[in-house]
Amino acid sequence: MEQHIDQAIELEAITLGYEGKKGMKRLASDITASLNVGTLTCLLGPNGAGKSTLLRTLCRFQRPLEGKIKLFGKPLNEYSQPELARTLGIVLTEKLMVSNLTVRELIELGRSPYTGFWGKLQKEDEAIIGQAMTLTSISHFADRAVSTLSDGERQKAMIAKAIAQATPIILLDEPTAFLDYPSKVEIMRLLHRLSREEGKTVLLSTHDLELALQMADHLWLMDKTLGLRTGTTDDLITRGEVGRYFDREGITFDTQTRVFRLADPR
Amino acid sequence: MRKSSVAISMTALGVSILIFLMLNIMLGSVSIPAGTVVRIVFGGDESNEIWRNIIFKLRFPQSLTAIVAGAGLAVSGLLMQTVFHNPLAGPSVLGISSGASLGVGFVVLLSGVFGGVALSRLGVIGEMTITIAAIVGSLLVLALIAWVARKVRGNVTLLIIGVMIGYIANAIIGVLKFFSVEEDIRAYVIWGLGSFARVSGGQTTTFIVLMACLLPFTLLLAKTLNLLLLGDYYAGNLGLNIKKARLIVILWAGVLVAIVTAYCGPIVFLGLAVPHLCRGIFRTADHRVLLPACILTGASLALICNLIARLPWMDGALPVNSVTALVGAPVVLWVLFKKRKSGA
Repeated sequence: MEQHIDQAIELEAITLGYEGKKGMKRLASDITASLNVGTLTCLLGPNGAGKSTLLRTLCRFQRPLEGKIKLFGKPLNEYSQPELARTLGIVLTEKLMVSNLTVRELIELGRSPYTGFWGKLQKEDEAIIGQAMTLTSISHFADRAVSTLSDGERQKAMIAKAIAQATPIILLDEPTAFLDYPSKVEIMRLLHRLSREEGKTVLLSTHDLELALQMADHLWLMDKTLGLRTGTTDDLITRGEVGRYFDREGITFDTQTRVFRLADPR
Repeated sequence: MRKSSVAISMTALGVSILIFLMLNIMLGSVSIPAGTVVRIVFGGDESNEIWRNIIFKLRFPQSLTAIVAGAGLAVSGLLMQTVFHNPLAGPSVLGISSGASLGVGFVVLLSGVFGGVALSRLGVIGEMTITIAAIVGSLLVLALIAWVARKVRGNVTLLIIGVMIGYIANAIIGVLKFFSVEEDIRAYVIWGLGSFARVSGGQTTTFIVLMACLLPFTLLLAKTLNLLLLGDYYAGNLGLNIKKARLIVILWAGVLVAIVTAYCGPIVFLGLAVPHLCRGIFRTADHRVLLPACILTGASLALICNLIARLPWMDGALPVNSVTALVGAPVVLWVLFKKRKSGA
């Protein structure tokens, strides 16, 4: 690929939803957006807005009802499965239901798009796995079983798996959910560093608005009635879009200080 | 677990197979002095024709049958547990052995009614018919399961459908029993007890060679199985075609169970218990270790069960299925208790 592509993901007039027995169930329609290479983007919106469905559609776990998705200029449905495994890595909210699997074994599995049928690791793979563990600073519990980790540790291990997968794009579904505040900050800083230092394109859904507003380069605001609005974080804040998406009765977004305020704290 | 300790444990398992193989050759309802056994096996002592026959025509084939059958059942149990993410899945759970029973039930129970002659009296032809009926029966169920697997998404749904198919098969067998002659019912019940000794002569060789050829191919599934551990989404994202992988694993496990059941009858518990034992011994989830471990442990345990089943003072009266259940049930219980303790 000689031509320079700076769009990692492009969505053209996407309709999200499910095809059930009683016809189509639309969750969101006419979504057009794009994601620049090497940026950290947060997908924000209330529950039920279709954030998870959007992420699942981008991973090709389900098809969009209408519209086109392109990764690096190439239509998503033209990617072969091994090719997609080397382009896009994921971190999900679901817990792994495996006993006895160690953190190192998990991260080693992240290399499987590159290994042969036996999954034998080359020197190069070992180096990448080591790097992934150093980046996420989890080397000290590499030999512990994944099932014994705390939520924060497990999240970092899953991110290390995605790093070992060496994909230019990483999608994360609520990686900061269930974490205590310091861990939330740690994960967000880690993802920020991945986009800056490793040039990864990172898209994550989250409910941690204030953290997202401080860390994200771009925001994708999603709402059932308002649809999807995208832009740089600063832009969306100054244009009052963040307020428009999240203001409820009793809560307002202060554009100056970038925090949400309760209208009447008492 | 470190690589060196994996190697040590594997070697220990290999040695245990050799030891129990030797014990199987030495012990039996006819007592032959140990020294004579050694001389007959290694030295070609031809002084006692009967003892020679017992060792080479009975005990050796039976032991080898136990080895490959145990290995096959253990491996298919591991495949089922991994693909269904269910520690209690086993070879019998998808109704595949019920399918085999149904096939055998049809030919054994109905031969007296329609053929006018009990199949159990037909000798070698009868044995062949039973083998073929068992394979046809289990492959039919397997085809049904494979077809369903492509339609439904959830693993649990598939598991429940398999269990239901098993119930239906057992119900049909019950109806068949009601209409058959007593002699045939007896033959069917004996088949259902399971045995490593039933098959005779040429059939034993076919079975052993077939299994010895098929088992190594299971190792090709190691990476697929490791990925399946991560669940559908992660495995798919790492480049695995989930539907295809699930189908291949289920079919392969099913074929192994079908063949073993056809030759040895429905042997329970080995397939369920051995994978748990191996996870306990090796403390790993890596199938590159677990697959060979299951092959070795399954073979070893089957030899032990066969040995207990034919202990001299038991007069060869204990059916293999009773022994495997007596060994297997405590293992399953142990797993359940351990699970509860760790809060999983």
